[in-house]
Amino acid sequence: MKNNDKQYNKYTPVIGLEVHVELKTNSKMFCRCSADYFGNKPNTHTCPVCLGLPGALPVPNKTAIEWCMKIGLALNCNLPLVSKFDRKNYFYPDLAKGYQISQYDEPFALGGYIEVFKEKGSQEIKKIGITRVHMEEDTGKLVHETVDGKKVSLIDFNRSGVPLVEIVTEPDFENEYQVVQYLQKLQKIVRYLDVSNADMEKGDMRLEPNISLRTIHHPEQSEGSTDSSAKPQNDKFELPNYKVEVKNINSFRFVEKAILYEIKRHQEILDKGETPVQETRGWDEAHQRTVSQRIKEEANDYRYFPEPDIPPLKWTQNYIEQLKSSLPELPDQKIKRFEKDFALSYYDAEILTRDILLANYYEEAVKVNQELGIKNQENKYPKVIANWIINKKVDTEKTPPSQLIKQITQETKVSEISDEDLNSIIDTVISENKKAVDDFKKGHENVIMYLVGQVMKTARQKIAPDRVKSLLLARLK
Amino acid sequence: MDLHTLTLTQAKEKLAKKEISSVELTRAYLDRIKTLDQKLNAFVTVTEDEALKNAEHADKLIAHGEDLPLLGIPLAIKDNFSTKGIRTTASSKVLDTYVPPFDSTVVKRLKDAGMVMLGKANMDAWAHGSSTETSDFGTTKNPWNTDFLPGGSSGGSAAAVAANESVASIGSETAGSIRQPASWCGVVGLKPTYGRVSRYGVVAMASSTDSPGPITKTVEDSARILQILAGVDVHDATTSPTQPENYVAAIRDSIQGITIGISDDYREGVDPEVQAKIDEAIKVYERLGAKIKNIKLFSPKYAIAVYTILQRSEVSSNLARYDGIRYGNDRSHFGDEAKRRVMLGTYTLSAGYYDAYYKKAQKVRTIIVEDFTTAFKDVDIIISATSPSAALPLGSSKNHPMFGEMADILVEPSSIAGLPGINIPVGLTQAGLPVGMQIMGPQWSEKKILQVAQKFEEETEFHTLKPSL
Repeated sequence: MKNNDKQYNKYTPVIGLEVHVELKTNSKMFCRCSADYFGNKPNTHTCPVCLGLPGALPVPNKTAIEWCMKIGLALNCNLPLVSKFDRKNYFYPDLAKGYQISQYDEPFALGGYIEVFKEKGSQEIKKIGITRVHMEEDTGKLVHETVDGKKVSLIDFNRSGVPLVEIVTEPDFENEYQVVQYLQKLQKIVRYLDVSNADMEKGDMRLEPNISLRTIHHPEQSEGSTDSSAKPQNDKFELPNYKVEVKNINSFRFVEKAILYEIKRHQEILDKGETPVQETRGWDEAHQRTVSQRIKEEANDYRYFPEPDIPPLKWTQNYIEQLKSSLPELPDQKIKRFEKDFALSYYDAEILTRDILLANYYEEAVKVNQELGIKNQENKYPKVIANWIINKKVDTEKTPPSQLIKQITQETKVSEISDEDLNSIIDTVISENKKAVDDFKKGHENVIMYLVGQVMKTARQKIAPDRVKSLLLARLK
Repeated sequence: MDLHTLTLTQAKEKLAKKEISSVELTRAYLDRIKTLDQKLNAFVTVTEDEALKNAEHADKLIAHGEDLPLLGIPLAIKDNFSTKGIRTTASSKVLDTYVPPFDSTVVKRLKDAGMVMLGKANMDAWAHGSSTETSDFGTTKNPWNTDFLPGGSSGGSAAAVAANESVASIGSETAGSIRQPASWCGVVGLKPTYGRVSRYGVVAMASSTDSPGPITKTVEDSARILQILAGVDVHDATTSPTQPENYVAAIRDSIQGITIGISDDYREGVDPEVQAKIDEAIKVYERLGAKIKNIKLFSPKYAIAVYTILQRSEVSSNLARYDGIRYGNDRSHFGDEAKRRVMLGTYTLSAGYYDAYYKKAQKVRTIIVEDFTTAFKDVDIIISATSPSAALPLGSSKNHPMFGEMADILVEPSSIAGLPGINIPVGLTQAGLPVGMQIMGPQWSEKKILQVAQKFEEETEFHTLKPSL
């Protein structure tokens, strides 16, 4: 066990992430075609602009840009006052113009972060740096089919020009757990902002982790020390001399698996004294492994240059402040407020805020409850409602908050049994539980709770346990 | 009366008075094309049937009292403007069979103004050149002497107007492509400020400088067409929201007290015979009371390097879509000039070279813009020869990859600065070839340069000189 730990400690994973989020604007990024293309007949959502016909020109979608900037703000980024679009030149049959309109050196947002827990079960916070958030357009899609007995590749341009936001992190992740938390938070944030459905199955979020392992040097080892608990003095800020990218994953679980697979693969190669090949790989779910797709000898040359068809964009500080104040309460803020205002645990608050609709439902229920004037027993009522929603899996669509509160009230209603009736039940219980009573009298005070339970059982109704306990104690004295 | 000699302004008047019909006018031009174009090759496509149909329709509208600025007027359109349902080749075999499903904004505005389109005018393939010799559909000949080049890239548009094959035409200029062929063919050519006229639907050459504009028989005709084309377009993010002025109404306004800048930097390398005509023209303005001021300008030779790098870079990206997958022919159909430009542009944008070429060129471009800004603090307009020489003989561009840049050296600085300029004919050389003079102004000064050009036209007869064909 100890040996294994030591082995693992030889390397630290260095993981970065690129995420593409498709926005749910009505129209495409640079034309007025409907961006709601999913499941539609091929090439029905097209025009000269998104088909890249000769002479067609892009006109940027204001809403998409605003949403991209909102994502930047929600991720704690700085928004520069000047930005521009660039052309990224490369050839692929699904790329209508032979270049993609993207952003190169002046993206809409720079330098943000997301906070995650360092390890499972740990409360230690790790800040994941966000390098940049930029806007680009999606490509068309190749469809491989057999037409008249001939195998052909067809192009569907419905997706061409749909607004895409790319979010790039620093290589700050140290394990797959941090990555998954980050992705969940990002997904929540874009849904809270109401700018993307972030539906994995529809390809609204595409994930590309890049992975490498950094070797930790143990100077004490070379000095002959065997003390493995000594803090390794590593070259913390030096990145490994290789990087493996896993492209286009559309599930958080696959990302997790791909990362674990890669870490193990790199470890084995590094143990042999070799360096993993710098390359692009894909996740093969059927065989539970990554497979090589393209060896990158050096960075692709996309020959970026400023998009001459779109003038540079300029904002005022005032506009950015306005945008900032238009942001809704974000998931992390909501969790903190729920913990504080409703005395919820992080666990409960996190579950309730995963979906903004559920969070709103919960708040509405708490409000209805307060309006009904129901006594909050030691201010626990919000907690009771939370438990109810979480544990009983309330169908929030069919149960309006007011009805939920009625249900809870009814089912947790404390019986109005009289002291007289209760005492007679207590007497029965005492007579039927001689041994327990004896034990209690001998000083086993814990037994009292057993007797309380027996009284409740016999009474067949909910009675405040404190009341039963005090009456029982009076009887036993 | 020879209908084909009418200017736009004259034709419009006769149509309004019902002295002639649009069908008669259109037929006159179609006949002219039939007679001459075998020899001149100004057109890639002649749309006779549509033209006559549209002329008939125009006549009906005129009969109903409709009054539109171009109602029933036959025009030629450069073949890089997308025309719905009519093939648009940019004179390249790559687009031999390409039929756009949409109209360029310029064509749409002309159609809305009542134009009758005669056909698509020949040009240098992809507008790469200043001769039309790079056209995949044969070289256009200069109507003044068919052994000579018409200039380019809008060579077909200029030749068609000079030869009276069209009332007027539409060209596009990236750096000289309107002014230089207008100069060599002895007609008026107006290159508006970048962003004044929409580029939507114009097969892109160098997106940051492409400017559509009119080529006409008179200055007033140019004003009339610019009036229709100018203004913001929702389909082109680079068009300016600045409201266009009323060019037509102001065309005859006084230019009293104007200061004209001339610069030795724009005389260097100019054929003495050409420069002599320009100097005579300047004297006309002096006589009219204009102040002439010698100014120092950044040497135009720097503009060539800047333009070459920026334009090739943009071209390499703009031509990437012609991959043969969806429409037209594949890349093997690109001519040598396009290939040269794609290769050079790909190189200048490549990692490691971008800073040395593209970025540096952008910086120099900024310096050139500032140079003009400073100059226009002292003078209202600047005058120079449009091209260093009159038309050159056929074949001159062959084996001279920088031919265009040399022929356009005097218009390239103002083009890369995005400024407007107009060419007007100022006489003939001894060999009988036209000489053109350009009037350049600051951004959005179309009204002013049209007025200055108009005054010259009023004082002289050069615009009435026609080639004998």
